[in-house]
Amino acid sequence: MTLTPGTPGPTGATGALGATGTLGATGTLGATGTLGATGTPPVVTRGLTKRFRSGQVAVDSVDLEVPAGSIFGFLGPNGSGKTTTIRMLLGLIAPTSGEVELLGQPMPKAQLAVLPRVGALVEGPAFYPFWTGQANLLRFDAADRTADPRTRKARAGEALERVGLSNAAGKKVRNYSLGMKQRLAIAVALMQQRDLLVLDEPTNGLDPQGTREVRLLIRELAKDGTTIFTSTHLLAEVEQLCTHAAVMSRGKLVRQSTMAELRSELRPRLVVRTPDLQQAEQTLTGLGVADLKVTEETVDGDPGELPIDKLAAALVAADVRIHGFGLERPSLEDAFVALTGEGFDVAE
Amino acid sequence: MTDSVEAGRPSAGRHTVALFASELHLVFGRARTWVLLAVLAAVPIMVGVAIRLSGSSGDDAQGFLGQVAGNGLFLVVASLALSLPFFLPTAVTVISGESLAGEASLGTLRNLMTAPAGRSRLLAAKMVALAVFCLAATMTIWLSGLIAGVVLFPVGDVVLLTGTTVSLGDGLLRAFGIAILIAASLLGLAGIGLFVSSLTSTPLAAMAATFGAFIVFGILGAIPQIDVIHPWLLMYGWTSFADLLRDPPYWDSIVRNLLLQAAYLAVFYAAAWARITSRDING
Repeated sequence: MTLTPGTPGPTGATGALGATGTLGATGTLGATGTLGATGTPPVVTRGLTKRFRSGQVAVDSVDLEVPAGSIFGFLGPNGSGKTTTIRMLLGLIAPTSGEVELLGQPMPKAQLAVLPRVGALVEGPAFYPFWTGQANLLRFDAADRTADPRTRKARAGEALERVGLSNAAGKKVRNYSLGMKQRLAIAVALMQQRDLLVLDEPTNGLDPQGTREVRLLIRELAKDGTTIFTSTHLLAEVEQLCTHAAVMSRGKLVRQSTMAELRSELRPRLVVRTPDLQQAEQTLTGLGVADLKVTEETVDGDPGELPIDKLAAALVAADVRIHGFGLERPSLEDAFVALTGEGFDVAE
Repeated sequence: MTDSVEAGRPSAGRHTVALFASELHLVFGRARTWVLLAVLAAVPIMVGVAIRLSGSSGDDAQGFLGQVAGNGLFLVVASLALSLPFFLPTAVTVISGESLAGEASLGTLRNLMTAPAGRSRLLAAKMVALAVFCLAATMTIWLSGLIAGVVLFPVGDVVLLTGTTVSLGDGLLRAFGIAILIAASLLGLAGIGLFVSSLTSTPLAAMAATFGAFIVFGILGAIPQIDVIHPWLLMYGWTSFADLLRDPPYWDSIVRNLLLQAAYLAVFYAAAWARITSRDING
């Protein structure tokens, strides 16, 4: 399907987006989704697998589907295969098996047509240290043959301003801090209007202020209709920013859903703070509270559908001294650990 | 599918030249390149000053060096000839070893790939920049030799190897032709360097390996027992440039050298292409 320039997006094509829009955690996304112009998911992988020459399977039959207009958080511990997946998405490395589709076209076959519409930041910033920030931007833009040389300098200026580097544009990258390099890497991705941004750990090395700025920037870009695919291990970032998330563990995709869905699955737990641990445990077991865990000062478990006021009354009746009583909602981190079966240790 | 964003974009293939220009900027925008060129520019000056200070007419000196004191123009030819066995190959080795391995070690290769530069196009841009560097290197010697020659020695009509005398302008043109021929002679080595550079992410290793290959060619060329393969060695025809100083120029060995360089370039460029288009960019 080809549009004549100037024609507004076809309502027929965007209609399909209604489905993805409603999945978004925020109401505004439904509207921004329509700017994505097509209902095709910008990132699709089928059975994507990468086996390194060492025999190690870094990515193991991953089926990703990133809805248009979403801010998609790609999570996983270090070494879980996130960056390898991203490299395959962008055609930097060849999959051992499986397929990648970016913006509806097969990768890496269609990379020359697709990648100009994709802004990418892969595994940390990489620049010519002996050149200025601006010169670096100009070089990477010159490598893209669809980029207009007449507007190159102006676009570089805008991109630098957007990431707050205007004052450092003429400084050699050698003298940049890690945070500044990270900003410059984001500026490379912003040199052109993109339909998709693939950002690998975009806030790595940034101070809290910088992290906040990048978050705002990502929201702004998403509002303009750009789909954002961002890998991160900062769960707070995901909670604040993302509409969708996928979790990788040991090369496998263990979960993929909307944030709203992920949150709703985090079932609250009953936590009783008491010196009478044994008695409390017995009482709660008797009442049908599942998955009980006893720590030094607390007993906690899954109350299921049991009314908690009844539970409190039962504990009091059983002469359990209650120092604290309530429901606690587990954090995303707990869910993450439950999914990956590990903390942030490097996967084997 | 096309959307409004893409419709506002210039069509693909319109600004192909930009990468080639950027590549030249990368090579010639580095202090290292200018240091190499400065060293090459110093060769004629050193040789010229040394001959001038020695005060001897140099009649007992061999080849082009012996003619420098009599005609400054020969400083150009003598300097080119003196730089050919070592200085020029070293410079080409440094620049070609850096070309792809340097990008890989900085990580900028992945930025170029996702830009997208296109792997074949990037390789072509690298090779063109290398060829331009080879030419810049010999032209530097040509220019520096001409200036030093005019300043330090008398200049006049040129007596060729065949004994014919030609005008100064003709002599200058022939010296210019020699600079171009020597630049072309370096292309085979540049191709080897480009290929080696595509294999590794360590520029220093690429430079060392390329220079190592150059030395191996030199050693093979020095072993008389294997003289059957000598005509096929990289440097076999490197001295053919002197045939341009005959009247009429003796083209056979010149053309043969150019063909040999083209063959080396084609083989190693193809190997580099096979490597870069299939390589996993992990750096």
